[in-house]
Amino acid sequence: MTAVAAAGTDRVRANEPAISVTGLVKSFGDVRALDGVDLDVAPGSVLGLLGPNGAGKTTMVRALTTLLKPDAGTIRVAGLDAVHDAARLRERIGLAGQYAAVDENLTGLENLVMVGRLYGARRAKAKQRGQELLARLDLVDAAGRTAKTYSGGMRRRLDLAAALVAGPPVLFLDEPTTGLDPRSRLDLWAMIEELVADGTTVLLTTQHLDEADRLADAIAVIDHGRVIAHGTPDELKDRVGGERLEVRLADAAEAPAAVAALAAMADGPPITDEDAVKLVVRRRSGAIVEAVRRLDEAGVGVDDLGLRRPTLDDVFLTLTGHATEAGDEAKRAA
Amino acid sequence: MRRLVTDTLIVAERNLVRLPRAPDLLLAFTVQPVMFVLLFVYVFGGAINTPGYDYADFLLPGIIVQNVAFGGFVTALGLSEDLNKGLIDRFRSLPMARAAVLAGRTLADVVTNALSIGVLIVTGLIIGFSFDASALEIVGGLGILLLFGYAFSWVFALLGLLVSSPEAANSVGFIAVFPLTFISSAFVPVKSMPAALQAFAEVNPFTVTVDAMRALWIGAPAGNNIWGSIVWSLAIIAVFAPLAVARYRQTARR
Repeated sequence: MTAVAAAGTDRVRANEPAISVTGLVKSFGDVRALDGVDLDVAPGSVLGLLGPNGAGKTTMVRALTTLLKPDAGTIRVAGLDAVHDAARLRERIGLAGQYAAVDENLTGLENLVMVGRLYGARRAKAKQRGQELLARLDLVDAAGRTAKTYSGGMRRRLDLAAALVAGPPVLFLDEPTTGLDPRSRLDLWAMIEELVADGTTVLLTTQHLDEADRLADAIAVIDHGRVIAHGTPDELKDRVGGERLEVRLADAAEAPAAVAALAAMADGPPITDEDAVKLVVRRRSGAIVEAVRRLDEAGVGVDDLGLRRPTLDDVFLTLTGHATEAGDEAKRAA
Repeated sequence: MRRLVTDTLIVAERNLVRLPRAPDLLLAFTVQPVMFVLLFVYVFGGAINTPGYDYADFLLPGIIVQNVAFGGFVTALGLSEDLNKGLIDRFRSLPMARAAVLAGRTLADVVTNALSIGVLIVTGLIIGFSFDASALEIVGGLGILLLFGYAFSWVFALLGLLVSSPEAANSVGFIAVFPLTFISSAFVPVKSMPAALQAFAEVNPFTVTVDAMRALWIGAPAGNNIWGSIVWSLAIIAVFAPLAVARYRQTARR
């Protein structure tokens, strides 16, 4: 009986979101950086916060990590209120920012020992934990070198290590791979995936859609301080419609003819981009054959032609309105 | 409270460990003040009339006071740099004592100030400075110097948090503090200045502290200067430390 009750309590706890934001508002002067954000993140999952520059992503992270006091709304992280329990909350979160916040004049190990001690650990314990993390993030060889000798990727890994010192159940990563070379990005992604596999909840902001696509269980698209879309990557892709047909023309001058030929099978106006014509097809089956037939009848020469699933880029562009601009351009070009 | 002490020591240690690895800063603590002493004594010394005292004896307390007041510059530059690089965000996201980042920084300044005071005394002794003081007076003088320097570290801490970049901290700090040190008894007797400057120089905490140092170290009349200097230093700390901590709490890198 007791066991059942205990299990029940655990389940309730497990069901409580690791991050729960309601009606969050934050203004800077006249600018409403966050304009009523609601958001839940399930424990052990990754939420990708996607949005253009200035959309409010960083403000969001700063509010969630107790660095900014919200003007209105409530934030609960790891079961604690970010305003009233800020001090206790700081023991349960890790923050790694886009500015790789490490002390360049300290060695990798010294940086981690300092952070560990500031979390309240004794020096020996902090050193042991620092060495563990350096091993885990592949920085053992650089442990005794000052951070200013590190490459960009190494600094990010050290910054991430600093965020992991206290083994936080909730981790905030503000554009963790911005400015990194592809190899370092892949390394960092693998490390983040490992953390999530161990049960860490991650909120990650990014401008890179492939990053969100690879890492995130759920995505919130934020623009002008509001969440304008929320769902799994697949749900969001479904929302922006069906498959895309892309035709690469032999001669860019024939684009208007191609658009005219294909318009009947398109859902919405086709988009012209130099020698490419792109459109959302109404029906997937037979689309390629039909397109080839129509283009052939219109006498348009084709270099390449294919169907593809919408990417998060399509989602992003559609939702934040930039696709409209591209559509306008297409019209002007036509 | 125990947390504050521990965290302050951790931050102070961080700032001191960095020091030997930033040679430009180390130069600022050692070579630069020595250069000032030599320039003043040998370039201006012959032209400045300091009745009753040899210029080396007159100058050294003054230049040491100027030097410890500027010791806090490292705090302004360092905080501004930490702010721009996101380290302050990191600290603020940690469960550490809120005042420790500033208290640790200013405490580290006390150590570096002690270092440059040592360098300056040795330089002074080599070029002809001599103490006219008991051991107790010498130690008391060191205490007054370190307290005064500590007070100015808090002024610089606030400055470092207010300005947008280390470069701005540098120029604003220089413009604000440099004239203060010069319109004082540090380098020339106040009586040689125009009346308006004299009035200012006489109440200037620099003059009070420099005169206190001369009283303790070269046997000049003390007046109220020793207590005056201590009161000035405590008052500066009482005003600027809370302002700096309040600013730190709400500072956001933007």
